[in-house]
Amino acid sequence: MSDVKKFMFVNRKAPYGTIYALEALEVVLITAAFDQDVSLVFMDDGVYQLKKGQQTKGIEIKNFSPTYRALEGYDIEKLYVEQESLEARGLTEDDLLVDVTVMTRAEMSELMDQQDVVLSF
Amino acid sequence: MLHIVNKSPLQNGALDSCLRMAKAGSQVLLIEDAVYAATAGNACEGKIRAAMQNLQVFVLGPDLAARGLSDRVIEGVSSVDYGGFVELTIANPNCQSWL
Amino acid sequence: MSQIEVAGKSYETDEEGYLINLADWNTEVANYMAQTENISMTDAHWEVVNFLREYFEEYQIAPAVRVLTKAMGKKFGADKGNSEYLYGLFPYGPGKQACKIAGLPKPTGCI
Repeated sequence: MSDVKKFMFVNRKAPYGTIYALEALEVVLITAAFDQDVSLVFMDDGVYQLKKGQQTKGIEIKNFSPTYRALEGYDIEKLYVEQESLEARGLTEDDLLVDVTVMTRAEMSELMDQQDVVLSF
Repeated sequence: MLHIVNKSPLQNGALDSCLRMAKAGSQVLLIEDAVYAATAGNACEGKIRAAMQNLQVFVLGPDLAARGLSDRVIEGVSSVDYGGFVELTIANPNCQSWL
Repeated sequence: MSQIEVAGKSYETDEEGYLINLADWNTEVANYMAQTENISMTDAHWEVVNFLREYFEEYQIAPAVRVLTKAMGKKFGADKGNSEYLYGLFPYGPGKQACKIAGLPKPTGCI
């Protein structure tokens, strides 16, 4: 199918402090209906979106982190996390609530270069 | 004086500006996305540890919990709840929010 | 915002009749919602409604119909995991009608 395009969503913001992370997730869920080749990248503070153990009762904001685990059911299985971003935040793959592929900055930039559409959040 | 920072230290210069300006003996409260600065292993851990030589650093507990990081606070940083937040603002004659 | 009146209690809904507060949900509310959709609830209907509530509890979203269908198939077998079965129970769309009866928001991306 030649009409399938490679869409990459680049998540660079922490959850809750701004609305970007939640908005990106909603756009991704909608995009899933169009049967495109979708991948999600988490880099910079975006890696914090996937941190295990988020408890938002105290700030009275909906905890949307469980929704990342629903992505598999939406056939969105390409989740990439930049290694350098994890390290700069004292996090490891074990701290994340979904299965991801951890990549180096160089690998990530290569992958980004291959996309048809890159959407940044 | 109480300094309040609410931006992630790795994506915004607010914390750096705050630490540069805060006089010895001041109190610094990290809230919202700034709570990441108070977590062990974050690239700015050293900066916070150095700041604690002459500043008191606080972090808002509910914001840490929301981000799944309650168990990673740098030693010496005190976690406060909303009541503690209010008490800090009352205890200080003035307050600067670094936006 | 609108309100519905069920068994002497009032509940907030949006302009399309979806429950505002998820915690308000109970079986009376579900039956009332079903009535407004011209559906009489059977065990088969409840199975879907309860499944949707479990899905929401776990993932914090109402699934798209395609995703619901697949997940139903995984749990209850292929004869229930197909759109013919689900549309048979909820003629105007399992996403739209079953989610409303389950007290969930409209699925993301559902028009």
